[in-house]
Amino acid sequence: MGHTLTEKIVLAHADVDQVAPGDVVMLRCDVVLTNDISGPMAIATLARMGVERVFDPGRVVVVPDHFVPAKDVRSAELQKRLKDWADGQGVAFYGQGRGGIEHAVLVEDGWVLPGTVVAGGDSHTCTLGALGAFGTGLGSTDIAACLAYGHFWQVVPGTIQVELTGALGAFASGKDVIFEVLDQIGVAGGTGQVLEFVGEGAHRLTIDERLAVANMAVEAGSENGLFPADDTTAAYLAGRARSTWVAGASDPDAAIAKRISIDLDHLGPLVARPWSPGNIAALDDVIGTPVDQVYIGNCSNGTMTDLRQAASILDGRKVHPRTRALVVPATQKVYAEALTEGLIDVFVAAGVMVSTPTCGACFGGSNGILAEGEIAVATTNRNFRGRMGAGSSRIYLANAHVAAAAAVAGELVDPSTVVEVVSG
Amino acid sequence: MRLDLRVVRIHGDDIDTDVLYPGPFLNIEDPELMKNHLFEGLDPTLRERLGGDTALVVDANFGSGSSREHVPRAMKSSGVRCVVARSFARIFYRNCINLGLLAVAAPEIVAAADDDALLSIDLAARTAAIGGRTIPLAGLNPLIVETVAAGGFVEWARQHPPASARDGGVVRR
Repeated sequence: MGHTLTEKIVLAHADVDQVAPGDVVMLRCDVVLTNDISGPMAIATLARMGVERVFDPGRVVVVPDHFVPAKDVRSAELQKRLKDWADGQGVAFYGQGRGGIEHAVLVEDGWVLPGTVVAGGDSHTCTLGALGAFGTGLGSTDIAACLAYGHFWQVVPGTIQVELTGALGAFASGKDVIFEVLDQIGVAGGTGQVLEFVGEGAHRLTIDERLAVANMAVEAGSENGLFPADDTTAAYLAGRARSTWVAGASDPDAAIAKRISIDLDHLGPLVARPWSPGNIAALDDVIGTPVDQVYIGNCSNGTMTDLRQAASILDGRKVHPRTRALVVPATQKVYAEALTEGLIDVFVAAGVMVSTPTCGACFGGSNGILAEGEIAVATTNRNFRGRMGAGSSRIYLANAHVAAAAAVAGELVDPSTVVEVVSG
Repeated sequence: MRLDLRVVRIHGDDIDTDVLYPGPFLNIEDPELMKNHLFEGLDPTLRERLGGDTALVVDANFGSGSSREHVPRAMKSSGVRCVVARSFARIFYRNCINLGLLAVAAPEIVAAADDDALLSIDLAARTAAIGGRTIPLAGLNPLIVETVAAGGFVEWARQHPPASARDGGVVRR
């Protein structure tokens, strides 16, 4: 019996000769990531463990991004303590205005390589599977263990293979691929499993699209959203990778827990309705829903691809009077590139608020909180009750085309109608 | 390790960590303050029912979403000694174990547990007793039992210092 790619990664990172799903192993980390929420708590736990120095400063990356820029004194104190600690340990630290949202920063700056293990103190660390890594989210005590010893306990996951065929059409995106997965397996369907994306349709997706897909693997309960490395991965990593790497794939005879398939040719824009990322509907089913706020950004969909999609719809148009819109580039580099390309001009002219990179309102922290009863369309990854503000507010998750079109129309619409009506 | 507990039953699948402990309070570090926001997005009156002997009994995919350790920390400081679920979301489950808060996936117990029922758990014997029935606790990995019995990962690690910082571990089924 062969091995899945995830089992191969486990074998290379634990002192075991064989693995099977359900085994508990101590898994070595190639990179440990933490932020301004999980970090200070992990640092305090580290002190309680009596550990003064991290296991390897060259493998630790700290990115404050949640309550950034500090929304109040308490948040500022956390961020200050995190920075002082990072400086004292000599670990990589992406200061405010220099990095961005953690997962996007790690990918962009070459920390994430195929076949590696990245332990992150944030549930969306599963995003990093887009580059063929086992990136997985952990809590603060786990992160303290990783900082101290360079490993964490891990139950070896099984693999659900998602075969993608065809190619994405106009106004469909990576977001719709993961929505379709959620529709097929549900919000707990991936528990104890890695979602592995294979097939010609997977190879056709760009890195930005893969990031959008992998990011929401945890919304299906999965440990990681894995795209085995291919030529697209190699091209992306050229000149960026901090180390050498080797591509891997699951063996043809590996034990696969479940197989599902998605035909990208026929994948239309989908949305996740309140209050679950698994509450999927066709866009057509929610057309006409009035929208108070549009939020384009976050660790899943604040890439250049998303910003270009949004700008293509907002170019020469205005945000509807009843709606306010925010664009939050995922990183400072994305921000700079959008500026150079003229996308920021498009947004500002349209009446969009453009923010510095931050997790911000995506998790209800700051920077775009919803009032009671308000409705948002967001390219973010969670629409749980109260996630972006008041308990009765409602979030529709959607791709950047759909979100931008909603900003123009003041309600959920088919993006093609916005482009046609206004230009025609 | 034996626990004699009183059940607080919370109904509903897929209860996420955002409603259990909303994002705006993630900058709180003191578990005594965290407990003021537990269940804030779900039903704040549940807080009044937690004591030093509470077993929270919940449904499927409990604790889905964020990695925030604030949830089990707030539960612990509120007097929750054990969480029994039909099933757990992964990171919430890990966080409970790492903090020494017993988390058990046991649909049979959930089916038998009403509010204020008495639940006894014998971790050494791997059994639970409720309503005159004894129910075996299946699927408890030895490492997980050891970690909980030690009081959490920090205490477990103190008892099991790694030989070196790069010491990968043993497979424990």
